[in-house]
Amino acid sequence: MTAKLSSEPDHDHEHQAVPSDFALRVKALESLLVEKGLVDPAALDALIDTYEHKVGPHNGARVVARAWVDPAYKKRLLADGTNAIAEFGYGGRQGEHMVVVENAPKVHNLVVCTLCSCYPWSVLGLPPVWYKSAPYRSRAVIDPRGVLGEFGLDLPEDVEVRVWDSTAELRYLVLPERPAGSENLTEEELAALVTRDAMVGVAKVELAPQEDRSEDRA
Amino acid sequence: MNGIHDMGGMQNMGPIRYEKNEPVFHAPWEGRSFALTLAAAALQKWNIDASRHQIELIAPVDYLRMSYYERWIERLIELLVNTGVVTREEMESGKPAPGSPKTTPPLTADKVPAVLRTGGPASRDVAVTPRFKAGQRVRARNIHPTGHTRLPRYARGKLGTIHLDHGVYVFPDSNAHLLGEKPQHVYSVRFVARELWGEQAAPNDSVYVDMWDDYLEPA
Repeated sequence: MTAKLSSEPDHDHEHQAVPSDFALRVKALESLLVEKGLVDPAALDALIDTYEHKVGPHNGARVVARAWVDPAYKKRLLADGTNAIAEFGYGGRQGEHMVVVENAPKVHNLVVCTLCSCYPWSVLGLPPVWYKSAPYRSRAVIDPRGVLGEFGLDLPEDVEVRVWDSTAELRYLVLPERPAGSENLTEEELAALVTRDAMVGVAKVELAPQEDRSEDRA
Repeated sequence: MNGIHDMGGMQNMGPIRYEKNEPVFHAPWEGRSFALTLAAAALQKWNIDASRHQIELIAPVDYLRMSYYERWIERLIELLVNTGVVTREEMESGKPAPGSPKTTPPLTADKVPAVLRTGGPASRDVAVTPRFKAGQRVRARNIHPTGHTRLPRYARGKLGTIHLDHGVYVFPDSNAHLLGEKPQHVYSVRFVARELWGEQAAPNDSVYVDMWDDYLEPA
């Protein structure tokens, strides 16, 4: 990203404070629940595997690329996000009720959950730490342009910024603008350009592949 | 509850810390905390609103100090104890109480894909008359419930416009406290940024907040 953003993980408090007692507490809790017959450890493995290896931003990227190449699909997607996304087989947990908001030359959308960490799991996977952190949650609504600036995105004054606060069970996906110069790319090539950050609204899609595409792709 | 979780509009929280190539989980215990929470939800002793509220009940100083999955594990332990699934003694000893029955886990590995695919829709297929319609001017109520609410403080008392009607959904303020689902319409309400934040906000910007009928009054 940009020089203004720290590339270092926040070891202070946002994750992995690594008090080993927490790791031990989790281990103790798991063995207690397994021993009581309340939890199946293989189900835990399956849940972790799903979000580490199967569900992630590559899902949303496919949806976006389809919308770029197929006007009829885009129309369905903007009219009924849940059902249009379900055409790919994506849905369910934390994607039950989807709303897709479209960026345009004079409109930029940004998604936040000020109250907790609501995020469209079915299309983006689990949220990154910064999305769940106090700095982003607090400022995205009061100073969206400042937040976007920290991500290296300085929007002109005449671009309208729409912030979507995920306060209910609707989950938001940003449909970014298709980058100029991508006219000859295939749908698959387009999908490879679409980043998680662009689908949250903190970045635009660029022709050069972006760095946040390191998430696991099934 | 006017808790620390209701962060919209707060300042001085520091810079956004972006991590390149961020892993889904930063340590195995984070993944276990996540999965344990989902697996325990399958016990159906609480609902998602009660679960969110449990995190809000973490004391503000602890909430800010703790990492995300630390809050999750804290929440899970409280939910398990409060609903009687485990006892404090069992938590402390790490062993089931002598003579306690061994049950069968409701969520087994083979059921995980189907359970995730189904999710937990919060919409309800019941006929409820909407109190508002698209284009109508509304005011978010100036209320300060001490329990769970999804009406953020920054929007209370503010004037907005109904952008669209999402349909009928479970009402978290009652559902979190097991006082019924009280299904009602949820609207996307558009607030002009300057209505929320004054002249410092850009004139064309806006914040869209999803709001239940009970959060709104005609303006």
